[in-house]
Amino acid sequence: MSYLNISHKDSVAIITLDLPGEKVNKLNETMMDEFSSFLDKLETDNDLKGAVLISGKKDNFIAGADIDMFQARETAEEIEQLSKDGHKILNRIAEFKKPIAVAVHGSCMGGGLELSLACHYRVCSRSSKTVFALPEVKLGLLPGTGGTQRLPRLIGLQKALTYMLTGKNMYTRQAKKMGLVDEVTHKDAIEEAAIKGVQKIADGKFKRDDKCSFVEKLLEGNPLGRKIIFSQARKKTAGQTKGNYPAPPKIIDAVEYGYKHGLKNGLENETVLFGELGATQESRNLVNLFFGMNASKKVPNPDLVKPVKKLAVLGAGLMGSGIADVSINKGDYQVLLKDQSIEKAAEGEKSIWKDLNEKAKKKIISEFERDQIASKVTGVDSYDGFKSVDLVIEAVFEDLELKQNIVQQVESATGENCIFASNTSSLPITDIAKGASRPENIIGMHYFSPVQKMPLLEIITTDQTADWVTQTAIQVGVKQGKNVIVVQDGPGFYTTRILAPYMNEALKLLEEGASIEYLDKIMKDWGFPVGPMALFDEVGIDVGAHVAETMSPMFAKRGVDTKNKAQDLLDAGLMGRKNKLGMYRYTDGKKKEVNSDVYKQFGGSQRNDPDKETAQQRIALTMINEAVWCLQEDILSSPTDGDLGAILGLGFPPFLGGPFRYIDQTGVQNIVDTLKAFTEKYGPRFKPAPLLEDMAKNGESFFCE
Amino acid sequence: MKGDKYKNISNTDKEKRFNILIYWLTLLTYTPVINCYLDHTLTLNDQIPANPTFMSNTNSNSFNAVIVDGCRIPFLRSGTNYNDMMAYDLGRMAIKGLLARNPVDPKDIDRVIMGTVIQEVKTSNVARESALGAGIPNTVPAFTSTMACISSNQAIASGVDLIRTGQARIILAGGTETMSDIPVRFRKKFRQKVLEARKYKKPTDFLKFFKGLGFKDLLPELPAITEFSTGEVMGESADRMSARFGISRIDQDEYAMRSHHLAAKATEEGLLKEELIPAKLPPKFEVVKQDNGFRDDTSMEKLGKLRPAFIKPHGTVTAGNSSFLTDGASACFIMEEQTALELGLKPKAYLREYNFVSQDPGEELLLGPAYAIPKVLDSMGLNLKDMDVVELHEAFAGQVLSVLAALDSDSFAKENLNRDTKVGTIDMDKLNTLGGSLSLGHPFGATGVRLVTTAANRLIREDGKYALVSACAAGGQGHAIVLERYEG
Repeated sequence: MSYLNISHKDSVAIITLDLPGEKVNKLNETMMDEFSSFLDKLETDNDLKGAVLISGKKDNFIAGADIDMFQARETAEEIEQLSKDGHKILNRIAEFKKPIAVAVHGSCMGGGLELSLACHYRVCSRSSKTVFALPEVKLGLLPGTGGTQRLPRLIGLQKALTYMLTGKNMYTRQAKKMGLVDEVTHKDAIEEAAIKGVQKIADGKFKRDDKCSFVEKLLEGNPLGRKIIFSQARKKTAGQTKGNYPAPPKIIDAVEYGYKHGLKNGLENETVLFGELGATQESRNLVNLFFGMNASKKVPNPDLVKPVKKLAVLGAGLMGSGIADVSINKGDYQVLLKDQSIEKAAEGEKSIWKDLNEKAKKKIISEFERDQIASKVTGVDSYDGFKSVDLVIEAVFEDLELKQNIVQQVESATGENCIFASNTSSLPITDIAKGASRPENIIGMHYFSPVQKMPLLEIITTDQTADWVTQTAIQVGVKQGKNVIVVQDGPGFYTTRILAPYMNEALKLLEEGASIEYLDKIMKDWGFPVGPMALFDEVGIDVGAHVAETMSPMFAKRGVDTKNKAQDLLDAGLMGRKNKLGMYRYTDGKKKEVNSDVYKQFGGSQRNDPDKETAQQRIALTMINEAVWCLQEDILSSPTDGDLGAILGLGFPPFLGGPFRYIDQTGVQNIVDTLKAFTEKYGPRFKPAPLLEDMAKNGESFFCE
Repeated sequence: MKGDKYKNISNTDKEKRFNILIYWLTLLTYTPVINCYLDHTLTLNDQIPANPTFMSNTNSNSFNAVIVDGCRIPFLRSGTNYNDMMAYDLGRMAIKGLLARNPVDPKDIDRVIMGTVIQEVKTSNVARESALGAGIPNTVPAFTSTMACISSNQAIASGVDLIRTGQARIILAGGTETMSDIPVRFRKKFRQKVLEARKYKKPTDFLKFFKGLGFKDLLPELPAITEFSTGEVMGESADRMSARFGISRIDQDEYAMRSHHLAAKATEEGLLKEELIPAKLPPKFEVVKQDNGFRDDTSMEKLGKLRPAFIKPHGTVTAGNSSFLTDGASACFIMEEQTALELGLKPKAYLREYNFVSQDPGEELLLGPAYAIPKVLDSMGLNLKDMDVVELHEAFAGQVLSVLAALDSDSFAKENLNRDTKVGTIDMDKLNTLGGSLSLGHPFGATGVRLVTTAANRLIREDGKYALVSACAAGGQGHAIVLERYEG
């Protein structure tokens, strides 16, 4: 099978990229080899003026380099060689005597964009499907086929740095404005436009306009101005990465080197830096995360899935409307959003509409599309219309009796095959299913707030949950754009269960004298996006107290002290961000301030911050150890799920790869030793999970790499 | 239609005599958008004969049309909460509400038919835009029917025809109307100039624009408010007709008061809940749960104080005994009987015989029901006494009473209906017991579906067998349909 289909039109070769057996085009060695031999032909064929590259895939140009290529390579040298091979052909394109143009429709990512940058003329379609990005930074890498050199030279230094450091998307309007593409037209005309582009260049009639503004030229056009830009970028990046991610500084290095030493040297240097980054543990972890995330977007057993057309969400609060939002925006489901009063339901509809209206204002969608999408959710205050609902997701107040009542109401309002999913964060699904007439239809679907942004969906099955119910719930989650993990029922399931000791440990440290801002700072330094104290306020201290209550019997059995300190805070009127008073005080329009009243209940106003590393280890290891307990008790079915859940649901540092990869990389024995030392010093809550001790004894690890 | 609308319009007319400069400047910028749609919408004058082939299949083996569910957003006085909505928005809300509470996959709908009268130029096929905007897939065809006040009766009738002829199994019929945003146009001369200006090439051509254009030509023009064929205002017709049938001012006021009090009572007792779906209005999503037009505190004294609105000084039709300008929308599911049962739905009623009639728009503008009712009853071999529920559209109190008088008149029967004796009397206990257009409001294009929905719901609640629905319309037309309660 051929990766490239070549035809001729008006003395121009049309090369259609079409990776066999895949939905999207990926750059791999075979495709590059074929391209190389095509260039040989193009060079010698006097009838051809040039070439146009176009994709044979629907809504995709090139999704990027095939990441399997990195997986197969270990050392920095091997990875550098990979980059060098890519450079060889892209440099050849860039320096080619005959013009080569790209006609882009659909996503053009990473290596695909770098290939386009090496070409001489770029046309793209005016479509919301057409998106450009250099997302390498998200994998702990840098654009390693000339991107760090060619992009800044084309669109300007500052803009290029922004796109490379964030990996964010660029849409057609911006692409044209910045000069990334030379021409934008409708998708059925891109080929013709690219042919014309080739002919223009061949005839010497094309000159590219510089799209940089006067100010940009002034700043970027001299070494001093650039120095300021680079130092600013480094400062900002360091603040954001806390030094945990090696890729961003290397990207800046690569760009700067190119400006100082010229394009050719810059390109060579890029391959070296690429090799160095590719071999880092951080990049390895991020690439594994990428694979894990892709795998979690697939339904393991699609044959069992029953069709779901109409969804109902009970409770139109933040959570409920968030679930409805992703269901209509991503999932294309028809949704009934039910609350006790129509006014409350309307509030939920309103929050969804507002987001859509923002998009309409930004011209991402039209007002009509806004109406169309918003029409898919209907706020209601009764069970009318529930007969045809295929899946009910409840997001009501965390009260077992209430939820059990709702199960019965829903069962009588819906048909035999309606799935009942609870979005509880800690109540055992088995308990919710007690008294249900169709317990096999009951499942947990635990979303994370804000639902629109948080990628994880934790699905919880009980012993009774039918397989088709699980597979159908996974399918719905995937359609809602979520990364899905499936766990077994138990107190706190997986995510809440490992979060509870983590939060508890932070409170212990607070009690021992650590200050609120210190605890947040050290855990952010360790790599969490939010510190534990701020997280308390975000989740809600009331929720925290409730979770602690639900979980305490389980921890008590292991001899852990289960004093519910969060309850004390709640009793003192602290709820977190929702009532603007928690670990911090929140004032509209002002930065949050530490609420020092909290110290009254946690060891007085005298603060004495403990050793940073010990404190970080204590907080992190309680979570990590609990994750192992979950695997041992079959709550988790695999360490991969555990890593995904912790990273995507709780913000566990992605560069560390998740709790299980962290253990592997730190060494099982080392972890056990630390935990044992902590047990002696701080109490039985640090007792290593038996599985961990066994593995240390046998010299095993969670992943074989 | 409505009484004080004309007064409002002339007031508005006066108020709008400013900002003219801005008007035409805007216009020069948006020249291509100018179009005209209004003139004919209020003056439907076509004769539509009832098709005899559909007249007698009550007990045949062909497809039966049933009404499964119907709903409407609250009907509101124009210029109130729906002020910022387009008819498209109102229609969308009604459709969405109906879809939400019924187990029908929108893609299985065969046709969407919506009635509307005052057309918004941007959404001339408002049925299609409302359907798409309500999330109905683009593969479902939609058309808009317009037949003045019986536009959505025509929507239902078209649906029934499609089902009976086996062309469709699921029909979404409805209607939508806003009187809060009627299209105000420039005058003819100005419109011509603007269209001409599209062909201008040189800047100097624009000098031609002002040639022959007087100040008067720059004033905006409100939609035609008179019957196109006769030049008569509808209120005048109603007033004359009331005089012809000897309907006094007191009779009219009493009937109007009855309507308002019944609407208030029905609302309070929750009898309209079944047909009402709450409207949630962006951007604030304030919830509107009930109609705001009825006046529970209306009294004969208050009504008596109002001056005649059309024929001065001796006329009897006032703003108080006329229907008011209303915004609203309605939607219902009409299905082929077996299809409904397969979907697990219990039909409310069969839609049996119907007809459309038309008379002289000058003399008998609003007397349609007096012709349509005997005709539809005859076609089913039934008479008025067999009707357990009657829902008559109330354009004017005088018009309803005139229809009742005509039906109860031997001479009218002999002279106009070619029958020996009168059609009969309608028991007031069966007529519009939940209020009517006078009190609930009358969004022109949406009223027909309200009448049929209410009639079907009443049949079930009041344990009746047959319901009669009838309405008059501009252009001298009328409609009647008989519903039979679905047993089982």
